[in-house]
Amino acid sequence: MQNEINQTGRIFDIQRFSVHDGPGVRTIVFLKGCLLRCRWCCNPESQNYKIEQMAQPDGKTKTVGRDVTVGEVLAEVQKDALYYRRSGGGATLSGGECLCQADFAYALLKTFKENSINTAIETTLCADYDVIQRIIPYTDTFLVDVKHTNFEKHKEFTTRSNELMLENLRRLSKEGKHIIVRVPTIPTFNATVQEIRQIAQFVRSLETVKEMHLLPYHNFGSDKYKNLGRDYLMKDIQTPTDEHMQMLKEVVISEGIKCQIGG
Amino acid sequence: MKKYLTQKIKKSERIDKLVEGLFANAPEIETDRAVLLTESYKQTEGEPIITRRAKAFYHILKNIPVTIRPHELIVGSATKAPRSCQLFPEFSCEWLLGELDTIADRDADKFYVSEENKKIIRETYKYWIGKTTSDLASEFMSSEAKLAIEHNIFTPGNYFYNGIGHVTVNYGKVLKIGYKGIMEEAAAELARCDVGDANYVTKSHFLRAVILSCEAAILYAKRYSALAREMAAKESNPVRKAELEQIAKNCDRVPENGAQSFYEACQSFWFVQMLIQTESSGHSISPGRFDMYMYPYYEKDIKSGKLTIEQAQEYIDCLWVKLNDLSKARDAASAEGFAGYSMFQNLICGGQDSSGVDSTNDLSFMCIEASMHVFLPQPSLSIRVHSRTPQELMLKAAELTRTGIGLPAYYNDEVIIPQLISRGLKAEDARDYNIIGCVEPQKSGKTDGWHDAAFFNMLRPLELVFSNGMSNGEQISIKTGDVCDMQTFEEFYDAYKKQMDYMVKLMVNSDNAIDVAHSLRAPLPYLSSMIEDCIGRGKSAQEGGAIYNFTGPQGFGISNMADALYAVKKLVFDEKKFTMKQLKEALEHNFGKGAADEAVLTEKIVRELVKNGAKADEELVKRVYKEVSANTKGADSEYSKIHDMIESVNKFGNDIDEVDAFARDVAYTYTKPVEKYKNPRGGIYHAGLYPVSANVPLGKQTGATPDGRYAEMPIADGVSPAAGRDVQGPTAAANSVAKLDHFVASNGTLFNMKFHPSALAGQSGLESFVALVRGYFDQKGSHVQFNVVSRETLLDAQKHPEKYKSLVVRVAGYSALFTTLSRSLQDDIIRRTEQKKF
Repeated sequence: MQNEINQTGRIFDIQRFSVHDGPGVRTIVFLKGCLLRCRWCCNPESQNYKIEQMAQPDGKTKTVGRDVTVGEVLAEVQKDALYYRRSGGGATLSGGECLCQADFAYALLKTFKENSINTAIETTLCADYDVIQRIIPYTDTFLVDVKHTNFEKHKEFTTRSNELMLENLRRLSKEGKHIIVRVPTIPTFNATVQEIRQIAQFVRSLETVKEMHLLPYHNFGSDKYKNLGRDYLMKDIQTPTDEHMQMLKEVVISEGIKCQIGG
Repeated sequence: MKKYLTQKIKKSERIDKLVEGLFANAPEIETDRAVLLTESYKQTEGEPIITRRAKAFYHILKNIPVTIRPHELIVGSATKAPRSCQLFPEFSCEWLLGELDTIADRDADKFYVSEENKKIIRETYKYWIGKTTSDLASEFMSSEAKLAIEHNIFTPGNYFYNGIGHVTVNYGKVLKIGYKGIMEEAAAELARCDVGDANYVTKSHFLRAVILSCEAAILYAKRYSALAREMAAKESNPVRKAELEQIAKNCDRVPENGAQSFYEACQSFWFVQMLIQTESSGHSISPGRFDMYMYPYYEKDIKSGKLTIEQAQEYIDCLWVKLNDLSKARDAASAEGFAGYSMFQNLICGGQDSSGVDSTNDLSFMCIEASMHVFLPQPSLSIRVHSRTPQELMLKAAELTRTGIGLPAYYNDEVIIPQLISRGLKAEDARDYNIIGCVEPQKSGKTDGWHDAAFFNMLRPLELVFSNGMSNGEQISIKTGDVCDMQTFEEFYDAYKKQMDYMVKLMVNSDNAIDVAHSLRAPLPYLSSMIEDCIGRGKSAQEGGAIYNFTGPQGFGISNMADALYAVKKLVFDEKKFTMKQLKEALEHNFGKGAADEAVLTEKIVRELVKNGAKADEELVKRVYKEVSANTKGADSEYSKIHDMIESVNKFGNDIDEVDAFARDVAYTYTKPVEKYKNPRGGIYHAGLYPVSANVPLGKQTGATPDGRYAEMPIADGVSPAAGRDVQGPTAAANSVAKLDHFVASNGTLFNMKFHPSALAGQSGLESFVALVRGYFDQKGSHVQFNVVSRETLLDAQKHPEKYKSLVVRVAGYSALFTTLSRSLQDDIIRRTEQKKF
């Protein structure tokens, strides 16, 4: 216990009153660092583990990333405990890929649970399975990103193949945990009927996962690339229309999976 | 079968027509009341004032024009033209004489006055000079208090110029026994009096005045009955003819007798509501617990099959329209403080009954539905929330919040009930509270609460600490020593407390002067007939006839004060970043900003020049602006450095315990001194913490303050964090505000949160919103309301991000602070709001 409270890790933000990343009112803890480099990523400042400087619209620079202890995060998360209780909410670990900081993520989730806080994680499951195994007892909801079923296309757009992630999801699905599969729906990558259907069919094959969220692509992160001095590769991509999203949603439902647009 | 009436109810076509009729003309000033009042007063010179008031009321109701508007089912109009107003010269008259030619074109709340009416007003008002309540209050008031008012430390202007209002009468009693029943009570009390009793002379006159006032109300209704019959006879449309005949029957029966149907109860309620506002110009005549006292009539008619839910909804909707038909003309300065023609008729749903059982019923839901149907600001709809309030009611209320109309406001039973008990109310009375006007709780039918007694600007006494009691070169307050000599924070804080104590005392003097003036010149026998225990005690509410008597002046600027004192403590005394002398100079120089705003300064100079004969043209404005800009640009950067340091200190509203605890203590500097005092009606003073909209105009009269607020800028509203300083999201702001002591501010606290409609999207949005309200209330916050902002606001937020730092919007699957988003994202959200329909 003592050790977990003092465990340190690196985060880049804590956001309170988030109502769309897991059930109820939630506080999201964003862990820094990710193994993937998704072209569309709207939080590019989350990708590098190292602490960075980002230019601000007002001309000043902002330091992205700080090292904190589990105890410090807990204190922040507990501030909204009353709202969690009233809404069935809690804390959500997000990233980056929060499992990259395996010990920190484990310590956070365990500590939250020991303090009666409902937990969720947003993850691609891009980690050794024993990392996942450790957190299962302390995680109430898994929000798992599935971006594609095709290994090569996945690699082309995210820099990594997804065999490990899909295999981990398959294993996790046997554990009887509450899992929601989330699909960032990206034109030119996976926003076709066929590709979304394949993901839905994969989800159906897991048998225990009943729900999918389609998260429509947006370019809100584009300014951040500039502020970090990086190139944004998706400049010319259009946001999918409401009609198109609705159609994709119908496709998922037709595969027997509950579906909503947005988190 | 569902337990609650949660479904949508179809809106009758009549409602849109009524609303359309309401806005057909611009509001006007009508003079019938003023003329009739004056006629009567001239005939009753020398009689007891209570008798004169009743006779004048009778004379007015006997002769004032009666009007039934097209499509109306509920009748009774104070003015011939909708949304117009009558005049009340017995309270004040000089301001109108001065503003007669400008009131039609001023910025806030314009009223058209015909040339003929202007003539009538000038003629009639001659009688009133020197005879008004404000004239007498002025005589009673101490010269020190007058000086403090002149220097904008506080303003009791509302009751100085107008009737008191701010009351909820016993509507249920009129619905049940009618004015006939009340007259019988008064007659019985009179019969019990012995001519030799010490108070016989005043009591007997009061009781006779009550009886005459009730007769006046009955007579007035009968005139509507006759008018309806007359119109029915001429009506060719058989449907409308039948409606008019029914109206005639209703007005024949009520409010004279007890209501026999829900429809009659609605009509009876309306006569009470509008006639209180004909007797006096006091606003915040609050219908209170409408869903409670109307329910027996609704239940009986629904059960017997005499009434359908749709019909009941139509009657309620009609009442909602009528509540928007009443208006009043205020002086130009007050009109800014109460902008929007608002009458603050607060109507509250839900909560618990006097035995503590949840009282939510069908009507609670139908009242919310009515606000969605009519979509107008009146009534000021409120919801009482307690631990057993059904989630269904919360969600229905949240739906209304989401429309962006700013209604309802939410109130916490778990704070307000014990708060009222601590002020001497019996538990069963406290549980039966409702809200008056903005946020002020009282027990209906038993209270004269004087809830809006004054606005007290908590920042001005801080300026007096820096000036050692001087204002504009004049010693207006006590001397607390040279601020630059103060060695410790405690010494500084103590000086502030002393300035506060002194000014609170003067405010009490000014309120008491006005209070006594009203009791001597404008006691209200009609209103008093519906407030316990006026009949038993034989005196009007204005003379102390009510069971519960309060005076509730409200302080504002808590969050600015907390931030200011915290910054002084940290930077001057703890960290010694700069000296008090440096701070004083920076404040005097508005942190190097010169005038609050170059444009404002330009405007001032141009106005001066024009006054002195210069020709106002574009060239002149350009020239002055150039000059002003050149001078302000060169302002001292040392002052702006001090400003930067202040900006970087932690601020109230971000859930930081140290700052929030500080704010709690600062609030006591107002609430504690206030509650030491007693009022002339035998009651006590208690503080409120809210400014209505006065934080903006009164901010204009306040110099720069050590919280980094520039001169003339608005002061924070209510107990909300100062605009743009809470940057940790809504839960953090709510937690900070909840750390104030809401129990001690028993005249109400006001917490305003801003949301974009998207943050409340979908069922999950509504549920999270309800959790936010619940979570705030679990921590003993007293009131919260939501400003769900429009596209226009977002556009303004792009232009002036500093004003909107805490505006929450929903982005893609999450909510965020609008001003922290990139420009492209902001544009996108603005674009989306155009499409979003609920």
